[in-house]
Amino acid sequence: MKKLESSLTNMVVVLVAVAVITGGLLAWVNNFTAEPIRVQKELVLAEGIKSVMGVDDITVTEKDTITENVDGKDCEFVLHKVSDATGKFIGAAVESSSMGFGGDLKLLVGFDAEGKVLGYTVLQHSETPGLGAKADKWFQKDGKGNIIGRDLSDGKPLVVDKDGGDVDAITASTITTRAFLKAVNQAYAVYAGQDADASSGASKRAHSGEE
Amino acid sequence: MGKLIVSLSPHAHGTDSVERNMYGVIIALLPALIVSFFYFGIGSLVVCAASVVSCVFFEWLINRFVLKSDRLTVCDGSAILTGLLLGFNLPSNLPVWIIVLGALVAIGVAKMTFGGLGCNVFNPALVGRCFLLVSFPAQMTSWPVVGQLGSYLDAETGATPLSLMKTAIKTGDASVLNDLPDSLHLLLGNNAMGGAGTIGEVCALALIIGLVYMLWKKIITWHIPVSIIATVFVVSGLLHLANPVYADPVAVVLSGGLMLGAIFMATDYVTSPMTHKGQLIYGVAIGLLTVLIRNWGSYPEGMSFAILIMNAFTPLINTYVKPKRFGEVLQK
Amino acid sequence: MNCFKILMNGIVKENPTFVLLLGMCPTLATTTSAVNGMSMGLATMFVLICSNLAISLIKSLTPDMVRIPVFVVVIASFVTILQMCLEAYLPSINKSLGIYIPLIVVNCIILGRAEAFACKNGPVASLFDGIGIGLGFTLALTVLGMVRELLGAGSVFGVVLLPETYNVLLFVLPPGAFITLGFLIAIVNKFKKA
Repeated sequence: MKKLESSLTNMVVVLVAVAVITGGLLAWVNNFTAEPIRVQKELVLAEGIKSVMGVDDITVTEKDTITENVDGKDCEFVLHKVSDATGKFIGAAVESSSMGFGGDLKLLVGFDAEGKVLGYTVLQHSETPGLGAKADKWFQKDGKGNIIGRDLSDGKPLVVDKDGGDVDAITASTITTRAFLKAVNQAYAVYAGQDADASSGASKRAHSGEE
Repeated sequence: MGKLIVSLSPHAHGTDSVERNMYGVIIALLPALIVSFFYFGIGSLVVCAASVVSCVFFEWLINRFVLKSDRLTVCDGSAILTGLLLGFNLPSNLPVWIIVLGALVAIGVAKMTFGGLGCNVFNPALVGRCFLLVSFPAQMTSWPVVGQLGSYLDAETGATPLSLMKTAIKTGDASVLNDLPDSLHLLLGNNAMGGAGTIGEVCALALIIGLVYMLWKKIITWHIPVSIIATVFVVSGLLHLANPVYADPVAVVLSGGLMLGAIFMATDYVTSPMTHKGQLIYGVAIGLLTVLIRNWGSYPEGMSFAILIMNAFTPLINTYVKPKRFGEVLQK
Repeated sequence: MNCFKILMNGIVKENPTFVLLLGMCPTLATTTSAVNGMSMGLATMFVLICSNLAISLIKSLTPDMVRIPVFVVVIASFVTILQMCLEAYLPSINKSLGIYIPLIVVNCIILGRAEAFACKNGPVASLFDGIGIGLGFTLALTVLGMVRELLGAGSVFGVVLLPETYNVLLFVLPPGAFITLGFLIAIVNKFKKA
């Protein structure tokens, strides 16, 4: 078969035809993948909330976005209030962030109704690989700096051991540890309806008291 | 060699040789080695010995079995020097297998893959150190505190002056800097304050003695070390004046690997520019990069990265900064 | 042309990674583990086979002056289809490969094969060329990923072989990709010469 000549009509016709055909193809694929993609996205967040709450059978009853002023900067916290299958309120998962060693450290922290830490997961970080990046395991139940089950309702924030607290710092990454605990404390403050700045101020006071 | 070398007269023979210079640098490193033994004890000896032995071994192994060269480069002292410098850049509680891995990368990857002594683009000891720093950050950044003569792997660790400076900048809290040892202690080795650091960087004075020895023996010229140290001093001095969160310039110059890098690593013949003017450009750029990385980078120490970056620019500097030809007439 | 020969040409003689050094961006960036390397290779192979086949079918209908835009549109739509399917049915792979899935559009292997092979040969030969080059790419990326995962994370395909203490982190970071690729190419060249 001879090749089509590069005349203006030919080129326009071919380009339009290719665009229309591929466009149609994409629309068709999009049509049957749109639903699974939406389900998957919801599943990711739901899985995250389930894992930090430690319970499988839950429903998110209320989603709140709260903006607090922390250290002179506006920080956004997202509060997912959670109930169990029978509709009883069991706590909330809070998205919180703070400034880590290499950039923003974003967490999802789960609290029960009394203010105990149920679990956490690191949503986003840019800490040093092998050092600060260990935060996703370090503070879990079998990690060295275990914070799961800690009760924050007595007004005492979590403080790293170097600053006079009792949470073990990640080896050679005190700054990441501080940022992590600050994010957890802020998350609790938002959950308990306190001013987020006050709790981080408290952790700072504990720090300067140590010097 | 068996090659007839024809050159123009006069045929004056100097005593200068690769061996003389290499062993000269090794002698210049001895004061620092002795001081580090005094501060870190048995650990510093184990680390340096392991590093030297494995560097020499890999040099021999690769020469003999991979390159199959009959030139005996083991005896020229360059592998010993690389090993010693690599050891100086490590904490004194590092396990031997990590040191061997560092030596393999230093000699195998950074030196022999490029064709051995004289062909390498980057300083082998620094490549080895950076490889270890990136690969084993936890082990490479827990520095043993000085004064534990008998301990090796079980030594207590502490914060280096540089990590204190970094903390001050990151938290914006200048009071952290009060924990810094004063300058006299940094100069002599910061034992009284429980300071910590790599084997070679603990005592700035011993390194300066080495510098004086090398200048006296004409192994190196003053251009590179002085331009690096002066640049770091001036830039961090300006920063300190602008904001006291940045540490005071005397402490900056005396702490960390700056002296070690400026005197022994940046002056490596193979990887630094040939002309004095080129060396000054190279030194100033290393100084600037060091301050940049130390203050705003994610690692507390920037010296080794700064030198490696400028190693890569050395061929470019050599291309543009050429020595004047003998007898060339000045252009009007 | 002999289909088997075309197939082996893509895997050995013109291996896109070890011989032609094409498509370096995904090669270096996604091979942090054997699974990631292999899924990147397979994703590219899918696009390569589809685009080779489609382009060889429409080659005589395409005027020369607009052939590149036509090829790009064809390739881009296959990539978009792939991305939507991965997002819907294999979200974990989609998450770990991230931006590198849409970047397959600009992978020079695919446009290169379209220009060099598919627009000059028939559909069957083009199909086999796509399979061959795709397999060569997948194989190279899997080997690279295996070496990096073994040295950097102490495991191969997630099976832990070395304890965590002996993990050389550098190999899962970008510089490790360059060093590993360099040594792998040296080894391949050594065997090809012998």
